[in-house]
Amino acid sequence: MTVFLQSLISGILIGGVYALIGIGLTMIFGVMRVINFAHGDIMMVGMYLTYNLFTLCGIDPFASVVICIPVMFLFGGFLQKIFINRVLNALPQNQILLTIGLGLIMSNTIMLIYTSDYKILTTSYSSGSFRIAGISISEPLAISFLITVIITAALYWFLMKTDMGQAIRATAQDREAAQLMGINVKRMSVIAFGLGTALAGTAGALITPTYYIFPQIGSTFTLKAFVITVLGGMGSVIGATLGGVIIGIAESMGAVYISSGWKEVLVYVIFLLVLLFKPSGLMGKSRM
Amino acid sequence: MPISEKVMLKIEQLSFSYDGLKVLWEIDLEVNEGEIVTVVGSNGAGKSTTLKNISRLLKPGSGSITFEGTDLTQLESHEVVEKGIVQVPEGRKIFSELTVMENLRMGSYIKSAKKDRARNIDWVFGLFPRLKEREKQLGGTMSGGEQQMLAIARGLMANPRLLLLDEPSLGLAPLLVRNIFDIITEINRKGVTILLVEQNVYQSLRVAHRGYVLETGRVVLAGTGEALLNEEHVKKAFLGI
Ligand SMILES: Nc1ncnc2c1ncn2[C@@H]1O[C@H](COP(=O)(O)OP(=O)(O)OP(=O)(O)O)[C@@H](O)[C@H]1O
Ligand SMILES: [Mg+2]
Repeated sequence: MTVFLQSLISGILIGGVYALIGIGLTMIFGVMRVINFAHGDIMMVGMYLTYNLFTLCGIDPFASVVICIPVMFLFGGFLQKIFINRVLNALPQNQILLTIGLGLIMSNTIMLIYTSDYKILTTSYSSGSFRIAGISISEPLAISFLITVIITAALYWFLMKTDMGQAIRATAQDREAAQLMGINVKRMSVIAFGLGTALAGTAGALITPTYYIFPQIGSTFTLKAFVITVLGGMGSVIGATLGGVIIGIAESMGAVYISSGWKEVLVYVIFLLVLLFKPSGLMGKSRM
Repeated sequence: MPISEKVMLKIEQLSFSYDGLKVLWEIDLEVNEGEIVTVVGSNGAGKSTTLKNISRLLKPGSGSITFEGTDLTQLESHEVVEKGIVQVPEGRKIFSELTVMENLRMGSYIKSAKKDRARNIDWVFGLFPRLKEREKQLGGTMSGGEQQMLAIARGLMANPRLLLLDEPSLGLAPLLVRNIFDIITEINRKGVTILLVEQNVYQSLRVAHRGYVLETGRVVLAGTGEALLNEEHVKKAFLGI
């Protein structure tokens, strides 16, 4: 029983980070109908940003979130304005090529600068843990989860309660009608891509104390983000939140009950089962 | 509102093609401040295409569209709205996962309308009491007729000076159709100029000051609502008399 609870809790804690990555991807898709295959690489850029802030300026990786969010937001806005904006009405395969290409440029640029060596960011709490009711909880995971919850709550508030948040959702639901309301949908796209990028980058920052940092880490996370998004329902923010936590739990359970080499198997079994019985994902055709 | 001689919207020689297929042929059309002007015509005549050109949802047409002297063909859709031209599109296009209230809030998204939000909500709830009862319902779960009311109400939230209505009576029960045309008249009395696209030729010519008959992308007749109602061609083609 303790083992079960233990892996459940670790799953939920890492699931929070996955949710951030998934929400970013689903939001970009919702507003622009573009699948961002550079999403994992953007996360990787966030990791290196945090790594540099730590090694060069001594800023704690969790504190670096405060810098990571605005910097990555601007980076995303720039990507959208310069590149993505040009393919909004293009064929899906062209959009895919563009985002894959952007991802490759990011990972290769980072590789040129930092080589493909694995880097580790060690903090005083990196391997720390505390116990609640006999269950051991990793300190960095707990802190990152707390930050995740705060960011997700803030994002929900923004999307549900503010005029601009509602305008972003309106754009996702009906782009043409949004234009007729006087909403500048190009601007909303820039903001959505900026937010999605900021979320992915922040997720990257949050996992630096617990993951190896290397230029090719992105592709695994792009795939993960895609699985989470499809699982929750493309374009659904609630779906991506749920999907992230489910994938986190599945991995953690898989590692404990099957073997850590096979933990992904459980993820894909769940993924295929959901697609089999609910092809449009857990939250269906929800549009933000 | 008294009709003035002041031309508000002027369309000259507007042509438009979808992928090389020409559907609008050198259209001329004017709307004076204070008027209700209607464009009638059967399916595929080009009515919605004309409105979409005004709202700049469609872009590459030739010809000119000016609003109070401003060349609209240089603007983006959202800038057209900021000028005071608001379209209630065909098929309602309600934001299905926003509530009725949130849909109305989106209607007043532009800066100049935000400050009048509370007052305008009172106004549209007065026009459509049904919407007030359903304030918290999701737009997508409203009935067709309710969605039509919401679409019009949402358009009014932007403080339009010129309201473009694309087939507001489509799919409504006969009683509700009368109701919609009464409301259009009332909105006009409040000072909103209206360009009304309709297939309900009789009702729209009845409420309109002037009308245009569009056939396969060409203006074939123009005149006052009353004159058009008595026109032989209109009687035969649209009224079945
Ligand atoms: N997106 C499009 N692509 C290609 N052709 C189009 C498109 N939209 C409309 N058309 C064509 O343009 C012509 C005019 O269409 P439009 O929608 O303006 O007609 P309408 O007068 O509004 O008709 P209705 O009363 O049925 O709404 C039609 O022949 C239609 O098939
Ligand atoms: Mg039409």
